Amino acid sequence: MPYIPNSDEDRKEMMDALGISKIEELFSNIPEKHLITDDWMEYPGKSEQAIVKEIREIAGKNNVENISFLGGGAYDHYVPAMVNHVISRSEFYTAYTPYQPEVSQGTLQAIFEYQTMICELTGMDVSNASLYDGASAIAEAALLITGHTKKKKVIIASSIPSNYKKVFSTYSKGGKYEIVEVSCDDGLIDRDQLKGLLKDDAAGLVVQYPNYFGNIENLTELSEIVHEAGGLMIVSANPIALAILKSPGECGVDIVTGEGQVLGNDMNWGGPYLGIFAAKKELIRKMPGRIIGKTEDVDGKQGFVLSLQTREQHIRREKATSNICTNQGLIALKAVVYMTLMGKVGIKEVAKQCMQKAHYLSDKICAIPGFKMKFDKPFFHEFVISCPKRAEEICDRMLDDDIYAGIPLDDIGDSNAILIAVTEQRTKDEMDYFAEKLRKL
Amino acid sequence: MDYNIPDNLKYTREHEWVAVLEDNIISLGVTDYAQDQLEDIVYLDLPDAGLEISAGDAFGSVEAVKAVEDIYTPVSGEIVEINEALEDKPELCNQDPYGEGWLVKIKCSDMSEVDALLSAGEYKELI
Amino acid sequence: MPEPLVFDLSKKGRKGYTLNDLDVPEKNLDELIPSELLRSEPARLPEIGESEAMRHFVRLSNMNHHVDKSLYPLGSCTMKYNPKVNENNAVLPGFTGVHPKQPETSVQGCLEVVYKVENILKEVTGLKGVTSQPAAGSHGEFTGIMLMRKYHEVKGNERNVILIPDSAHGTNPSSVIIAGYSVKEVKSNEKGTIGLEDFRAKLTDDVAGIMITNPNTLGIFECDIAQIADMLHEKDALLYMDGANLNALLGILKPGDLGVDILHINLHKTFSTPHGGGGPGSGPVAVSEKLVDFLPVPAVRKTDHGYNLEYDNPNSIGKIHGFYGNFGILVRALTYMEMLGKRGMRRVSENAILNANYLLSLLKDYYKLEYDSPVMHEFVVSSQWQKEKGIRTLDIAKSLLDFGFHAPTTYFPLIVKEALMIEPTETEAKEVLDCFAEAMKEINEYVDKNPEKLKHAPYNTPVRRLDEVKATKELNVKYKFPEDEE
Repeated sequence: MPYIPNSDEDRKEMMDALGISKIEELFSNIPEKHLITDDWMEYPGKSEQAIVKEIREIAGKNNVENISFLGGGAYDHYVPAMVNHVISRSEFYTAYTPYQPEVSQGTLQAIFEYQTMICELTGMDVSNASLYDGASAIAEAALLITGHTKKKKVIIASSIPSNYKKVFSTYSKGGKYEIVEVSCDDGLIDRDQLKGLLKDDAAGLVVQYPNYFGNIENLTELSEIVHEAGGLMIVSANPIALAILKSPGECGVDIVTGEGQVLGNDMNWGGPYLGIFAAKKELIRKMPGRIIGKTEDVDGKQGFVLSLQTREQHIRREKATSNICTNQGLIALKAVVYMTLMGKVGIKEVAKQCMQKAHYLSDKICAIPGFKMKFDKPFFHEFVISCPKRAEEICDRMLDDDIYAGIPLDDIGDSNAILIAVTEQRTKDEMDYFAEKLRKL
Repeated sequence: MDYNIPDNLKYTREHEWVAVLEDNIISLGVTDYAQDQLEDIVYLDLPDAGLEISAGDAFGSVEAVKAVEDIYTPVSGEIVEINEALEDKPELCNQDPYGEGWLVKIKCSDMSEVDALLSAGEYKELI
Repeated sequence: MPEPLVFDLSKKGRKGYTLNDLDVPEKNLDELIPSELLRSEPARLPEIGESEAMRHFVRLSNMNHHVDKSLYPLGSCTMKYNPKVNENNAVLPGFTGVHPKQPETSVQGCLEVVYKVENILKEVTGLKGVTSQPAAGSHGEFTGIMLMRKYHEVKGNERNVILIPDSAHGTNPSSVIIAGYSVKEVKSNEKGTIGLEDFRAKLTDDVAGIMITNPNTLGIFECDIAQIADMLHEKDALLYMDGANLNALLGILKPGDLGVDILHINLHKTFSTPHGGGGPGSGPVAVSEKLVDFLPVPAVRKTDHGYNLEYDNPNSIGKIHGFYGNFGILVRALTYMEMLGKRGMRRVSENAILNANYLLSLLKDYYKLEYDSPVMHEFVVSSQWQKEKGIRTLDIAKSLLDFGFHAPTTYFPLIVKEALMIEPTETEAKEVLDCFAEAMKEINEYVDKNPEKLKHAPYNTPVRRLDEVKATKELNVKYKFPEDEE
């Protein structure tokens, strides 16, 4: 039997020691009527070579060859080879949560480094060791600010990705917060409407940065408006964009969440990803998830431990700040390796290339009659194009030319709009080819 | 193990002590037994003075590294003072639980609630 | 020597990456974006070459204990071996390169994986519907409680309490609270299982359901569970089973046959996907017939024209993950499930139970057994005898590290004082168990012979006992750059 080292003789020896003749005697306390009696044992497993073949065939049914301009929360960035070498080490991926810090310093120190890098990008004082993904991270942030301010209403920008909105709404059904949406009809938050909503006792505002349409909000101004009304400011950010955009911390933001997939992780059809969560230090005791702290051992040697554990579910139970137990440890490790390799200069270069290329493509597409930018706002590496035809039809047609053209934005009520993303992976030739195909529609 | 349980104080089943300071003002802290069980106390979550409380309310918490206990008030009234020194030196609760490690002072609305608390002898029985 | 922080290894001008040259005409940054929206100072990420970076992370890795090295007997965490073929399959470019917004026709392989995993889980659990969207066990718990909530809402039942046994994992009560319910605790009886009397007394009209871990955290099968299910159902309340310990039940019984309504499964425990130093996990939820309608969207369906994602379900609790859950973990779990087949799954549970009972038999003369009921895949002993002589559970746990083992789960469940919760799993050989038991015996001998030695363990680990008080009091949660020092 695969992965079971003991042989029949071993088992016999162990059963003899226990004074039993059949393993079933060990679960004789389970009422017999509950035991499986069907033909369960008639289904043996497969060999390793058979399963490798089968799974390869399944993977082959996906199309990953097309030229892709898909974004909307997951992006195709280059992942340096070293990233996967590090996370494929048994020492990292077959370890558990670092409960015994004396034999978990590798994981602990790497996450401490991760926390530091996230603080650098976001401009926050403290980062946790990560949450599930960018979507649930904003729900956790909402739980934090409603608990902190004792106010229930959370305002979200309608320019939050639609899938995030759905998750946010599911979490709200627990009754811990209520959602009000502020509109972004011209691609950025409607300030007047926001001020009106804030008057009515809101815990805070959730903004996407850059937003779902790729546009860049002025966080400094928004923070001022929100703080004036006594609320807290949550920003869900793209960490690659933060390499060149003003950091939320500089803008007075209180909590930064985000999707960390872009930091060295593959797209993996949506998961596992990485929920970023960082905040100002005043909020540290209310933060969800694990936080690693630096300390010393009895000999005065540097070491790291899980800190502030009393916030967490395994100690505080029903009074915990969140129910989260695991983080996305290995994905956070990917992120720290990626950020280490790209470094101070490289991550800016990636961000810069994304932005330059996205602007090149948008100019190229807008030169085609009938196509124009839906919003006239500063954008990072993603933008919305108003098309002369239904977006879905265009995307379907582009499949014939081996292009994933983008995401049709039916969910914002504009069936002619496409969201197009460009990363450093796209070449000028690919973009020219895409524009040419659009022109020939 | 022998714990220091002074005879002149009143006690609760939640391992807190109460001392009557003047008229209807009491001070409250954790007992020697409680601080020993918790081990190193690292943080106290205490409310601002002015909070109205009723007997049985949990109004704050004492945190050790891997344990956290709510602080319950055995009396009704108003919190009139909190021990600011604990913010920087939570270890006072370990070092001097009945002295410098006091947590809050409460103005009681009904002093008979204090009389009903455990005596030192009764509390020793409990632990 | 401690390993320097990566920031201390950084030197200006060093580079660990290469990128293509920009192949489009470059514009000035502030032509594209107003300068007030741009960063003034770069993020201080390190500057380091690839070889130095690799060495840094390899040196860090050397400080970790891990399953591929030796026993990791954390109770309820099921630290079993992670088959290598799982990893190879999960990183096939046909999976890793798929964007979550690709059209359905181009992701038939991903959909097939989800469909197959969910089907196998239905078979294993005897339940009617499965969602694989939750990203972890705790996420599955939240999803499960939200399903319970929706059920009562649709039926017009006014419920606000969920019962939880005193032996439960801390996640259970915290999940309940986030889902908007309050918690009432049910006491365990002298056998270490749910006290039926107390349960009956607490099963009032406002109870939405109960969350039961089975086998429970003592490793004991809750033998009254079917009766509990009947009593709940009589009041239209639901039975949630926490499947953290499902490794004990594969092919032995199906939770659905016990009357379970909601069950979450930790793929990173029972189905051999790696724990990754604390994630990513995956926590699918299985439900009985009456809850199928409420499962999260989108659901994966098989049609005559292949697989699709079904969003149209007005009764669904909604979406709980940004996309479709931790897909990469599902590929690993599917590989494992198919390698085992149903027969292999049964063998997994049998061997997990045999290993636990065998190890317990080696230990119970030296460590107190608080509840002497038959155990399944894990057990809890206590070091109360050692505590009386001044040695704490913590000391025993730290001493084990010097023997090259990871420590068991300690101080949990809360109903056992000085608890040591031990789960060897089926992937350990007999001699490993013997060796571990010897270490535990030797430590017990030291309690009399040389207690001081135990109190200062460990000695041979990359760092020695760490000052957790300092870590909490003088919070230091990120690197201090020299230029920031006052």
